[in-house]
Amino acid sequence: MISFSQVTKRYPGGLEALRGVTLAIESGEMVSITGHSGAGKSTLLKLTAAIERPSSGTVLVKGQNVGALRPRAVPYLRRNFGLIFQDQKLLFDRTAFDNVMLPLAITGFERREATRRVRAALDKVGLLAKERANPVTLSGGEQQRLAIARAIVHRPAILIADEPTGNLDAAQAAEIGELFRSFNAVGVTVVIATHDEAFARRLKPRVVTLQSGRLVS
Amino acid sequence: MKAWLWQHLDAIRTTLARQARTPVATLLNVGVIGIALALPVGLYVVLVNVQGLAQPFGTDPRLSVFLALDAARADSDRIGARLKQHAGVRESRFVSREQALKELKATAGLAEVVESLPKNPLPDAYIVLPREKDPGALEALRDDIRRWPKVDHVQLDTAWAQRLAAGLKIARFAVWLLATLFAFALVAVTFNTIRLQILTRREEIEVSKLIGATDAFIRRPFLYFGLLQGLAGGIAAWAIIWAGVQLMNGALSELGRLYATRLELLHLSPPDSLSLLAFSAGLGWFGSWLSVDQHLAEIEPR
Repeated sequence: MISFSQVTKRYPGGLEALRGVTLAIESGEMVSITGHSGAGKSTLLKLTAAIERPSSGTVLVKGQNVGALRPRAVPYLRRNFGLIFQDQKLLFDRTAFDNVMLPLAITGFERREATRRVRAALDKVGLLAKERANPVTLSGGEQQRLAIARAIVHRPAILIADEPTGNLDAAQAAEIGELFRSFNAVGVTVVIATHDEAFARRLKPRVVTLQSGRLVS
Repeated sequence: MKAWLWQHLDAIRTTLARQARTPVATLLNVGVIGIALALPVGLYVVLVNVQGLAQPFGTDPRLSVFLALDAARADSDRIGARLKQHAGVRESRFVSREQALKELKATAGLAEVVESLPKNPLPDAYIVLPREKDPGALEALRDDIRRWPKVDHVQLDTAWAQRLAAGLKIARFAVWLLATLFAFALVAVTFNTIRLQILTRREEIEVSKLIGATDAFIRRPFLYFGLLQGLAGGIAAWAIIWAGVQLMNGALSELGRLYATRLELLHLSPPDSLSLLAFSAGLGWFGSWLSVDQHLAEIEPR
């Protein structure tokens, strides 16, 4: 599903975020990427979603070479993913419902079917009752769950989460973990970058550890 | 196809909602565009009206055909009939030598001079209105009539028409110059509006790109915004011109009553109105396209 071979990412200024990383993630796997902050976790996720391009080596997603994609093809690659960020990146100028609608609006989904799917996604994360609420009025845990609803509404094959529990307490983190497990149970590939060890242990994923840009286990 | 249509309708709906959310800014923008367009269009309306008003007062070139002094009434009748049949002549009017003398006498200050003349020095004459107005045809007509028997002299009175034509040409040039300048202003206003919009929607654009929005999808609402704003500006310009003509007509009808004539300005014709709207909408679209093209690439998710 996702494979890295000898991937190095050097940022302008000489910082090497990743050094010769080789990694394969199979379809349906649950993988947790751990390591200290600055170890290259986020870079690894960004390379996967074509937000960054590798300096050398190749990144393959579903057989496509991400580093060589034409800019026009990038959006279509990204539609394979559900992306979840530590800072959620919710839009505060619209309701929870419209936030979740965005990925479907982008792909030009038929309206009635789209509405049905948005409700289903909100229901899945337990926010159906708050569909009319502005995200600003939601708690941290609810905002993260809303971001998850937005990430899964178009039923992506791969879920990518960068520090999904960064701002949450243990109880909220447990809820999020449960959600990830349920998506994985229906065949979604889940990749989570986290330094929350308790969270990672509960999910029992395959653990990949990065240290200063190198793969250590 | 249906999905495509839905996306476009959705973009228009979003755009209108955005414009409605900032009514003051929207109204001011539309007002600026409307006023900017109203200036050249107003001048154009004046131009069209001057052209129209000048017509009955003889913008048309005319020929004065003077017959020989010894021409008998029979000769002049023959020439009159020949003029009537001539393909290049629209209308001809006979002015007898007696009538010409009477008119000359009526001209202030000349009565005594005319009285002192031993005999009438004026010939019979025809005033000829040609069918064609271009200088080449006029000269050909003059040369043709000049060769007829008993025709002494043919004078082409085109100076007045030419002067007016030259004046109108300058005015038309001024209209185009103004239109170009204000078209540029319209593009600049739209460019800036869209730039601000892109900056305030930065987050939305970033998120949309992250979840797989194509550039076309991100551009669409901005392009519609420019198009609709330009269209609204065009409508505002049209309304300003309409109101201006209406006000002028009120004042003119009073003036016309004093001179016992009917004075009235014409409104912008339907085809001209449609061109105005298409032009302003097109420019709005172009301005936002430029802006989007410039600024969208700067926003890439990090």
